[in-house]
Amino acid sequence: MAQVQQPKTSSSSPLTPTTSGQDTPPHKAHPHPNYVGIWVFLAVLTAAELTVAFLPWHKNVIIALLLGMALWKAALVGLYYMHLRFETRRIVILALGPLPLCVILVAAVATEFFW
Amino acid sequence: MAHAALTHHDVMQPPPDRAMGSGVYTEKLGMWIFLGSEVMFFTALIGTYIILRIAHPSSWKPPGVVLNVPVTATNTFLLICSSVTMVKAFAAVQDGLLSALRRWLIATVVIGASFVGIQVYEYTHLIEKGFVPSEGLYGSTFYAMTGFHGFHVTIGVLCMIFVTVRAFQGKYTAQDHRGVEVIGLYWHFVDLVWIILFTIVYLI
Repeated sequence: MAQVQQPKTSSSSPLTPTTSGQDTPPHKAHPHPNYVGIWVFLAVLTAAELTVAFLPWHKNVIIALLLGMALWKAALVGLYYMHLRFETRRIVILALGPLPLCVILVAAVATEFFW
Repeated sequence: MAHAALTHHDVMQPPPDRAMGSGVYTEKLGMWIFLGSEVMFFTALIGTYIILRIAHPSSWKPPGVVLNVPVTATNTFLLICSSVTMVKAFAAVQDGLLSALRRWLIATVVIGASFVGIQVYEYTHLIEKGFVPSEGLYGSTFYAMTGFHGFHVTIGVLCMIFVTVRAFQGKYTAQDHRGVEVIGLYWHFVDLVWIILFTIVYLI
């Protein structure tokens, strides 16, 4: 009698359906980043922002520095606290997908004011 | 004969190459899609703010004149602290350290609630000083952006309380901690948005 080949599903696969029909979350696939070190860095960047904001420099320089530091902090949170650095490509695409739409949205609204 | 050996259960199973789906479990995928919509929501607020500010620069005061930067800087620091306590909670449950999970979650709830409390204190003082939402472009955009963010933090704290209660009930393990990861994603996103808001609303 021919044996029916069962689908090969590894019991250790992180998304193997359970008996309840639900997926289980992935086990830790990477070592923990230095979360406290990142927190210290975020705090230092915040202190630097507070200093730069009140320096007697040209306003455009201050704005560029502040936006640069804010984006740096946001990237650290996204990459390490939200684990985008370690996620699958699909999740990264899903996370970054709205950004081009954001540019289109702001550009569309800007045309109402400036053109 | 081979067909005879196939059971109803076998037929209902997804093909092997489809079993992984999107490579992520459903709740997490749903949260990422929701966060995508949140990115668009806050982009509408922040983008409109930037355009209005460029178009009407005289409507805004320099940093520190109307808004209380030291108080808000403290709040920013609190939110950053809450992000690290949240991610430590997640790391703890991944490692199976359930008592540490509960401690970090409680810390996150307390710090998050403190953020909301300080924001209420800030609003109270600003309104007493006459800086109200009807105070032109500056007031309306300020309260719209920080108010919606504060609403998100409040929702996050409530959800975090729910997750903390479940953690005390022993619902999370090293093998299954979806609730902790999903609320963590939301919480870090709210922190990320505040990082941007703090800079463009209070410091520029």
